[in-house]
Amino acid sequence: MLMMPKPDEAVLARRAEIVAALKSIVPGEGVIDASRQMSVYESDGLTAYKQMPMVVVLPETVAQVSAVLRYAHDNNIKIVPRGAGTSLSGGALPLEDGILLGMSKFNRIVEIDYENRCAIVQPGVTNLGITKAVEHKGFYYAPDPSSQIACTIGGNVAENSGGVHCLKYGLTANNVLGIEMVLITGEVVRLGGKHLDSEGYDLLGLMTGSEGLLGVVTEVTVRILQKPETARAVLVGFPSNETAGQCVADIISAGIIPGGMEMMDRPAIHAVEEFVHADYPLDVEALLIVELDGPQVEVDHLITRVSDIALKNKSVNLRVSNSEAERVLFWAGRKAAFPAVGRISPDYMCMDGTIPRKRLPEVLSGMAELSKKYGLGVANVFHAGDGNLHPLILFDANKEGELDRAERFGADILRLCVKVGGVLTGEHGVGVEKRDLMPEMFTKVDLDQQLRLKCAFDDQGLLNPGKVFPQLHRCAEMGRVHVSGGKFAHPDLPRF
Amino acid sequence: MNPHFETELAERIRGATSPFEIIGAGTKRSIGYSVDGAILDLSSFNQILAYEPEELILDVGAGAKLSDIENLLSKNNQYLAFEPPDYSKLLGTKHAGTIGGMVACNLSGPRRLKAGAMRDHILGVTAVSGRGEIFKAGARVVKNVTGYDVPKLMAGSYGTLAAFTSVIIKTLPKPEAEETLLITGLSDSEAVQTMSKAMQSSAEVSAAAHIPNQGTYLRLEGIQPSIDYRRDNLMKLLNAKIEILKSESNQIWKDIRDVSMFAENQTYDIWRISVAPSEAPLVIANLNVQKRYFFDWAGGLIWLEVPQGTDGALIRSAFTSGHATLIRSTIKSAQEIFHRQATAHAALSARVKNSFDPKNIFNPGRMLKDNSCKF
Repeated sequence: MLMMPKPDEAVLARRAEIVAALKSIVPGEGVIDASRQMSVYESDGLTAYKQMPMVVVLPETVAQVSAVLRYAHDNNIKIVPRGAGTSLSGGALPLEDGILLGMSKFNRIVEIDYENRCAIVQPGVTNLGITKAVEHKGFYYAPDPSSQIACTIGGNVAENSGGVHCLKYGLTANNVLGIEMVLITGEVVRLGGKHLDSEGYDLLGLMTGSEGLLGVVTEVTVRILQKPETARAVLVGFPSNETAGQCVADIISAGIIPGGMEMMDRPAIHAVEEFVHADYPLDVEALLIVELDGPQVEVDHLITRVSDIALKNKSVNLRVSNSEAERVLFWAGRKAAFPAVGRISPDYMCMDGTIPRKRLPEVLSGMAELSKKYGLGVANVFHAGDGNLHPLILFDANKEGELDRAERFGADILRLCVKVGGVLTGEHGVGVEKRDLMPEMFTKVDLDQQLRLKCAFDDQGLLNPGKVFPQLHRCAEMGRVHVSGGKFAHPDLPRF
Repeated sequence: MNPHFETELAERIRGATSPFEIIGAGTKRSIGYSVDGAILDLSSFNQILAYEPEELILDVGAGAKLSDIENLLSKNNQYLAFEPPDYSKLLGTKHAGTIGGMVACNLSGPRRLKAGAMRDHILGVTAVSGRGEIFKAGARVVKNVTGYDVPKLMAGSYGTLAAFTSVIIKTLPKPEAEETLLITGLSDSEAVQTMSKAMQSSAEVSAAAHIPNQGTYLRLEGIQPSIDYRRDNLMKLLNAKIEILKSESNQIWKDIRDVSMFAENQTYDIWRISVAPSEAPLVIANLNVQKRYFFDWAGGLIWLEVPQGTDGALIRSAFTSGHATLIRSTIKSAQEIFHRQATAHAALSARVKNSFDPKNIFNPGRMLKDNSCKF
């Protein structure tokens, strides 16, 4: 059982009064207090944890957001902000005595400014919604988390979301020019805008990836880019993880930053091939997909160079996409890795550590040893370009003790990532999931400094408490996304 | 004080009762309000702790010289993609300064337009807080969302938050070739429209600047066949008389980056104005003062040279969103150097400063004239 901040009995006792006050701020159907309707909010993408909120509020205006936060501040009530609820780290897990502040009604594109290559959108607009709004002019919004069809830009800012293409095009933080946000006091602050650098301290950078602990974003100005003219991919198999890892290092050493560079280990390749029939080679230990994008002439040139580098690294099976259909097929397997693993195992947990790439062989063999120790299988998919690992731990929750073993296995994998100089999370966020592992990476002094920053924004600790920072009373070790029966909370969403 | 070890630095700060002015090489001390404090010289923290080109990682002491680091990277066909400027000529100092100064001032050059600013490339920091505690944030990996992005907060903090001893920076492969397209005879608004058109194309323009009476410049970088292709497309798109500059390209962008054209007369005031790129011509039209200027960042960055003591309020009245900073002036004490923030924003900034430096001993008043607000 996850230890969340102790519910405030005084607040719970005042629930009726609080609901009434919120209804006076957000009229109509914007306040939800019936259990049956609130149940859709009881968890996010991390379905292992569920909690009914005290009340759900769906404001429509900045004035309403400001009034709700000010009311919460004045009355010492906790707030949990939520976008689409696709977080894989429990960032939007409700609190029993907290207001769940859903931003879904902020779904308007405010302005598209091609001249300055930016778009101003409300936080409830989906990631893909931005691209859809500008693609008729050849533009797109670059960060592409796998849940982009559903996840919102407000949630992307909160989590600093990445995606397959972020080695070349950056994370959310590198693609946001400005935000409007509301502090817990109800004060509205604008940071940045259409200009390229914001004045004073980089509070915009700090807000991005702050997991809803510092403020509520009510407007976002993002950079939009012209779509690359073309993209081609190389699919290449290797006899060992070492040779595949060396190939990745050599590509980057040669001065090539691919649009995407993904790796899968043997268990992942086999699971995927059985599921998707993408014609992946089954006699290799590692498979690499390298995608180059840009002008045709550049892509063709780089494809040749990447192919040469792969051959030098003893690749055993190399195919270059010669059509868009073939490129999509190369990716089909990789993008289906999570559901494919869900098919071969009743349950799995998805981890999200980043390591220095050169330590990959060591981390993979360490994982193999842990796999033996815990008696559970593990399949690896890997954003190889930036060192972001997604080990998928296979287990059966119906078998006595397996869930517990999987949890300990997962925590050990993240410890291993930190030990080789890596980090607990590359893109999913800390949330509640990895909260208690933070001391593996940070000293008390490091964490205290971050907590003081939290205090500068939210001195009563009312915004999204129980996330990111370890709790005083720790419970079970954690560090995973638990998928039961091969299903996430959003089974319709691709996850990779 | 000139400490050599983090522990020594932390101990001295813990015991400190009066403020410090933090310097690396001291080349940018003239930016911001002057600080009344004992010199805290971090130039001894100049070691390269790790440079792993294939991991795109540089972990380097804050006191390392920028020029040394650029040479090191260059030997490995890498660079700092944000193209940090060298303001030594503009500010009349001896060299470009240190890595710490570059971070503290968030120094970003013409490529900011495509590759992002300094703050987009900082991955980690080790620093001593105003409490005299050594803390770190970030890591030697390029993708990390573990905890708050404290490293970004250090970029552009002008030494007012913490004394950082080392920083981790993302390095990138250097483009193999570059060339610059020059279009002459454009007015300010024609130039901004042309730059916008180029930036909206898929030509991947890596820098766009306009110098009145001189020309409008667009830079292309990458492998030569790609440059050839993109140049041809761009020339068709812009449909103007275009001169292609190859051997001169590098120096042109160095001069723009370093604001060299305003270096000769040190008595003039230099302002740096950041606005939405399309606003630039309007800002200039609104500015009814004697001036010289040029646009970088496709118009998003205006460098302005005005007579000594020209009222900052007048300059700031020329635009509604964006900000202006007085970078160089011999009589700046009367001016508001940094842009005034709205009340809630300013109060938040002060609380952030306080969270790192509660005794207000790091560069007090560097960023704000009214020292009582502590940042």
